[in-house]
Amino acid sequence: MQLINKKTPVNIKAALTIATSALLGTVSVAGHTQESQKVVEESSWDFDTAFLYYSESDRVSAAEAIINAKKTFENDQVLNLKLTIDSLTGASANGATAQPNVQTFTRPSGKGSYQTQANATPLDDTFKDTRVQLNAQWTQPLAQNYTGSAGVHISKEYDYLSLGLNGNLAYDFNNKNSTFSVGLSYFQDTFEPEGGIPVAFASMPLAYGSEEIDSGSKEAFDATRRTDSDDKTTADIMLGFTQVINRRMLMQFNYSYSKVDGYLSDPFKVLSLVDDNGIAQDYRYENRPDSRVKQSLFAQTKYHFEQNVVDVSYRYMWDDWKLDSHTIDSKLRIPLSNTSYIEPHIRFYQQTAANFYQPFLSQSQEIPEFASADYRIGEMSAYTVGLKYGVKLSDGNDLSFRLEYYRQDPKDAGHQAPGALKNVDLYESVDAIIAQVSYSF
Amino acid sequence: MSVLYYRPHRTSLFKYSVISLAITLASGCSSLGVQPWERDLLAKDEMALTSSPLDAALDDHIYFSKEASSGGKSFGGGGCGCN
Repeated sequence: MQLINKKTPVNIKAALTIATSALLGTVSVAGHTQESQKVVEESSWDFDTAFLYYSESDRVSAAEAIINAKKTFENDQVLNLKLTIDSLTGASANGATAQPNVQTFTRPSGKGSYQTQANATPLDDTFKDTRVQLNAQWTQPLAQNYTGSAGVHISKEYDYLSLGLNGNLAYDFNNKNSTFSVGLSYFQDTFEPEGGIPVAFASMPLAYGSEEIDSGSKEAFDATRRTDSDDKTTADIMLGFTQVINRRMLMQFNYSYSKVDGYLSDPFKVLSLVDDNGIAQDYRYENRPDSRVKQSLFAQTKYHFEQNVVDVSYRYMWDDWKLDSHTIDSKLRIPLSNTSYIEPHIRFYQQTAANFYQPFLSQSQEIPEFASADYRIGEMSAYTVGLKYGVKLSDGNDLSFRLEYYRQDPKDAGHQAPGALKNVDLYESVDAIIAQVSYSF
Repeated sequence: MSVLYYRPHRTSLFKYSVISLAITLASGCSSLGVQPWERDLLAKDEMALTSSPLDAALDDHIYFSKEASSGGKSFGGGGCGCN
């Protein structure tokens, strides 16, 4: 019985090895057990898998699965293939403010509507998406002390396509205790949202095609749409420096420059247009600038104590939307035995608001050039606390579990709330649970 | 006036101090490091800078979707319509 149990992972590995090899055209597909065993010995792919469940209370939940296959060839050439599948369902804040009365919103497709109860933050429950992502990365030594790496990325959702390329060059010196690296990456994304892309600051039209009395028309809906699809490009440069400090410690420093161009608004997000009493008179689609330049400095250190390993990193990010953020992430790996460990994790995050963020539009003021009420670009702090438990199984494979709690606290950056808006929560907190199982074989 | 200039000054001072710290470390690094036979601890999986790549990938996806920052440790580019 035990023998059978021990053999099972090997068979999974053999099957996946054949599948991967067949995809790459390196071996003919053969189902014979002996042959599969032989393939494992010859090529030795390593598989890492993970399944993650993310759930916000009353809002979005997501499930994500990753399988990563890695093979090291002669001369330290490494091929890495990664498949990611995720699925998202649930409700997401649409940007409008809570109100003392029930509110009705048109779904992004224009067909049908949804309602938000009095004093509740409006959530659009239309979201449902499945994404498939493929990554391939090839890494190899180019000359003595030089390592090159190149990769491709493709990601497809129902309404979104992302294609990416990246390249990286690393130079080791000082007896391989120091490494400089430079990396480039480029993404080309196409967004084709349900219902098309709204005209900036157009009024949310009435839903059409239903039996309701005050139903709108398709013509009126289409008049609020600019186009069916739009593009976004992202170009990144990253400079890195890694240094071994001593037998127990190493450090890394990165500088990143990222330029994003194209459609950067969220077609599903609106702003409430309120009167002097804070009562919503209209909902207007948001409008963000069509370019953004982000830069960041990142530092990380790892230190091996007698038993424990501590991992601390800090990131400072700033952009030309006048948004900046600080992130501190720390993990402490504590061995419980020769084969198991626990790893507590704490992360703090804090960001200032983009200069065009505002929680609502006011009738007494002119509509600005850019505005968004998306809390994700507003002032916010967040933290994550979590614990991971990992164990090396008797067959040498790794199994781990991770459970984390994530909380976001959006903040008031000094926007005066008139009348009714004083009595509703404009900056509602978000709580989420993150659960993950990982298995490597 | 001092209020107006306080923030940009502080930000640029911060950037320069981090950059000069990095340069100082880089120039002083030849005295740092270990001999090849002293890499017993550094060679362990848990001492890799990204010791759990899948955890890192999943975290990047979550925080890219929920916050306005991304990247830093690795590329923070596009890839999904989640933000």
